[in-house]
Amino acid sequence: MPIDRAQVQHIAALARISLTDAETEAFTRQLSDILDQFQALQALDTSGVEPTAHVAGLDNVLRDDEPADSLDAEDTLRNAPRRRGDFFQVRAVLDE
Amino acid sequence: MSELWQLSVAQAAQLLADRAISSVELTDACLERIAAVDGQLSAYLTVTADIARQQAQAADRRILSGDAGPLTGIPMQVKDLLCTNGVPTTCASRMLAEYVPVYDATAVARLRAQDAVLLGKGNMDEFGMGSSTENSAFFPTRNPWDTSRVPGGSSGGSAAAVAAGMAPFALGTDTGGSIRQPASFCGVTGLKPTYGRVSRYGLVAYASSLDQIGPLARDAADCALILQAIAGHDPRDATSLPAPTPDYAAALTGDVSGLRLGVPSEYFADGMDAGVRAAVAAAIDQLAALGAEIREVSLPSTEHALACYYIIAPSECSANLARYDGVKYGYSHQGDADMWEAMERTRQHGFGPEVKRRIMLGAFALSSGYYDAYYLKAQQVRTLIRQDFARVFADVDALVAPVSPVTAFLLGDRTDDPVRMYLVDIYTIPVNIAGLPAVSIPCGFATPDDGDTALPVGLQLIGPHLAEDRLLNIAHAYQQATAWHRERPNI
Repeated sequence: MPIDRAQVQHIAALARISLTDAETEAFTRQLSDILDQFQALQALDTSGVEPTAHVAGLDNVLRDDEPADSLDAEDTLRNAPRRRGDFFQVRAVLDE
Repeated sequence: MSELWQLSVAQAAQLLADRAISSVELTDACLERIAAVDGQLSAYLTVTADIARQQAQAADRRILSGDAGPLTGIPMQVKDLLCTNGVPTTCASRMLAEYVPVYDATAVARLRAQDAVLLGKGNMDEFGMGSSTENSAFFPTRNPWDTSRVPGGSSGGSAAAVAAGMAPFALGTDTGGSIRQPASFCGVTGLKPTYGRVSRYGLVAYASSLDQIGPLARDAADCALILQAIAGHDPRDATSLPAPTPDYAAALTGDVSGLRLGVPSEYFADGMDAGVRAAVAAAIDQLAALGAEIREVSLPSTEHALACYYIIAPSECSANLARYDGVKYGYSHQGDADMWEAMERTRQHGFGPEVKRRIMLGAFALSSGYYDAYYLKAQQVRTLIRQDFARVFADVDALVAPVSPVTAFLLGDRTDDPVRMYLVDIYTIPVNIAGLPAVSIPCGFATPDDGDTALPVGLQLIGPHLAEDRLLNIAHAYQQATAWHRERPNI
């Protein structure tokens, strides 16, 4: 199932990635090629087959809720592109 | 005696224990080797010479005090996808070019606890996404056997470093073949453990249900030593297996008589290089000569594995890489923009083409209206592939197959055609889908149609969950009887 430019732009918006026109063009062609390769899966009968999430069947791993040391604020903020005091600084979300 | 940089882990450990050499001497020999040949290969993104010398001195003190572990003082390279405290961890991405972790990955911490010595960080395909190391945002790595060719990927820097003597061993990661395939292309031994055998804590996530850390080294005996150090449950990784760790070195009896080895017919399909086919067939004959019983088996869902993988892995990738928003760490768009525009521009500049392609593919497969047809379908096919393996492992102890249908290809040969690049991993991907352990060992050489240099071929041994000890023993038995793993590139 080939996908078109508009779909590629929609997916890019979902993924929060700006694309140039050249990238949109290339991805439209390449994603269509790749999805074509997946078509054989659609013909496969999987009715009644349970999907696999964890290969060894581990499910809902729980632990005791015990306090333990964590990274301190300075280490946590060490790689922050923008900070203000002990906070990550983000750009304005709402109009002023 | 061979040069110090040529030593295996076991040989170096013995010389260190005998105090015939020091870790400082060994470390300096590796650093000199890196300085001499990495200009041609580009296997390292970062060389941590000062840290390495300090760690080597600490290791030497510990050896003198009589308190050494099996890997104390042994130098290593670590793939740049694993967090190293205080040492840049770029994932070969512009997104993390400046990122310096404040903690160690558990696998790294366990090696550092023994005073293994960090030589530096290995080049790779960006975030582990690729099969040639050409997707590194910084530079490609070259194959030490023929520098016009790729080392494989994504752990290409790790495989090239071990092959060229720039590290006795390396830690790599394998999501769809990223340890085994470069090990095969570079003529070294690589182990992809059972999913959950080694903690993923501190491994930068690509596809969390498939990713696994493992060693690349000169032989199976070295892989056993390294796996011993890094395996085991970790409370910081809820998906790590709460299973005891066996004594891997003790499992290396070299005896494979009576073992039942299955040869899956689907792994010898059309499109395989004739030289690869011949080398693998000869290796299977060798295993039979050692006393193994060879049986043909069938894994009928194999033909669907590639599509299954390229839906599941990109889906998990699109979720995992959503964290790169330019706020908490990593590259951040400068200049005027509101929050959403800044985020979109951060991700446009920070990610390379293959990473964007997989994020897009995953976002599509998970999007409203397509989820059932793609993602859910792939998770169901995953069950069919697991059932195939479970069925054959009722009758055989392990499987023997090629690692890849081809040997190392020329740089640039497959970069314009993603589907052709993906096909290189057709025989390694099913193992990750089923979470199985597998090892890649050198089994001969083949000359490709488009070149005149003989290139390494890899044999893949695949086992049931947690059968690393059995696989390493089969590999060890083969390596006791053959010398392919001792061949070294002329560089």
